[in-house]
Amino acid sequence: MASVRSAVSVNITPPVATPPSREAQAPLVMRMTASKVNFYYGPKQVLFDVSLNIASNKVTSLIGPSGCGKSTLLRILNRMHETVRTSRVEGEILIDNQNIFAQDVTALRRRVGMVFQRPNPFPKSIFENVAYGLRINGTKGSISDAVEKSLRHSALWDEVKDQLHKSAYDLSGGQQQRLCIARALAVEPEVLLLDEPCSALDPISTAKIEELLVQLKDLCTIAIVTHNMQQAARVSDFTAFLLTGQLIEFNPTAQLFTTPTDARTEAYITGRFG
Amino acid sequence: MSHRLRWRKFVSHFMLTMTGLCAFVAVAVLFFILGYLLYHGGTSVSWNFFTKLPAPVGEVGGGMANAIVGSAKLLILACLLGVPIGFFGAIYLAEFSGGTTAFVVRYAADLLNGVPSIVIGIFAYSLVVLPFKHFSTLAGGFALGLMMIPITLRSTEEFLRAVPRALREGAMALGASKWKTIASVVVPAAYRGILTAVLLSFARVAGETAPLLFTAFGNRFWSSGWSQPTASLPVMIFTYAIAPYDDWHRQAWAAGLVLLGLILIINIVARVILSRGVAVPRT
Repeated sequence: MASVRSAVSVNITPPVATPPSREAQAPLVMRMTASKVNFYYGPKQVLFDVSLNIASNKVTSLIGPSGCGKSTLLRILNRMHETVRTSRVEGEILIDNQNIFAQDVTALRRRVGMVFQRPNPFPKSIFENVAYGLRINGTKGSISDAVEKSLRHSALWDEVKDQLHKSAYDLSGGQQQRLCIARALAVEPEVLLLDEPCSALDPISTAKIEELLVQLKDLCTIAIVTHNMQQAARVSDFTAFLLTGQLIEFNPTAQLFTTPTDARTEAYITGRFG
Repeated sequence: MSHRLRWRKFVSHFMLTMTGLCAFVAVAVLFFILGYLLYHGGTSVSWNFFTKLPAPVGEVGGGMANAIVGSAKLLILACLLGVPIGFFGAIYLAEFSGGTTAFVVRYAADLLNGVPSIVIGIFAYSLVVLPFKHFSTLAGGFALGLMMIPITLRSTEEFLRAVPRALREGAMALGASKWKTIASVVVPAAYRGILTAVLLSFARVAGETAPLLFTAFGNRFWSSGWSQPTASLPVMIFTYAIAPYDDWHRQAWAAGLVLLGLILIINIVARVILSRGVAVPRT
């Protein structure tokens, strides 16, 4: 086991080291950096020495088989893991060079938003769902303008503009998920985390969300956990492959999918397991 | 058909009939009581019943206005005590407490729920009546309020727990504090259930007699204040039913009918509230 782990740390290639040529003119800025993160649920260790950087205004995807710790890693980034009492995290995570564990958790989550696996709109109207984050944060200025802006960003405005005061549960699953994205965008987060956002959706809704993610890059930094390798290949700039709690390979997406450096990555992306 | 198969068919039919009969009896009891009350008390329920004071023995007529108002006052007091404690206690149990605390509190609440109502009455008697040296509406309301706490607490907790975790996480991921999440998402998502829980515990204590016997005591006239004894419908039924006068018996039946009617209405309203509107999907 020990030998595997040391092999892993050798194989981690931070994306800064190998930027693809087309990115060369604009140097990458790291929005978040995680170094040597170990994570435990009670006595069970779930993540082992994971270090990874999330580049600003890019899409970073986390892939790997079920139970590899990719969702856990994502949830640590806005400290959602703290809802589980027995959890414990070691290591350092920075956002804009500030320690995320040293700041107020509500302030952090305002900067690092999250969209979950299943659409989870509140039992309120469409409008109130998007306005929720603004209201609890006491945002000044016009709430309805901000709601419209967020719904436009999530490409939902044209579908719901005439029924803003209907229940969010009247929307389809895909619309609900875009509503959840709008809700997260309303507080203008710097980073948006998405935890398998399309796993409960049909292919057409999935396509819409993928399209959306690519557009949202201008607005914020995106990290997405996905079970679907094609999705990672389609939407992301960088891909991290995790296996049994260890970061096996982290490279620009094109490179990871065409010339993986680790045999296990190759085995996974060619469908030999997972 | 073989003997064995015929026997099995017979057992099957027999059990179906027997269980069906039991279910029928369970339902029939309610309608029987309702019909019996209507038969005996229906004729005595008149406008006077709701507006007049009890008439002296031998005089025809009279009503139970003081008992109706008295019951209302007692129930208001009971709600003021039982609902906030039950509600906020339930929030603590469902949202904040750890496993052990929750277990202890829940267990204690179940025990409190099982305490015979007459014992609650003695408790209120020694705690409120004795120090003030007289029976009072306050003491009666206190006793009923104590009984409402565990019922409200346990059912509210169940409804809060039924709110999907995903909703809580959704709110927290937007930067809502724990309390903000509870107040603006969890409670609104569960409010129908909570309202139902409160109504049902209200209906439950509305008919309690034992705790009132030596707290609110009873009164033939209007109660002159919160610190004075007051009449209430259940105690009035008790007093009138054991009296040797026929017209008092009729009045007792009428009071029973009014009380049961009130409780049935509350129950039905509670069910309607619970079944209406969008349910939060369970995940």
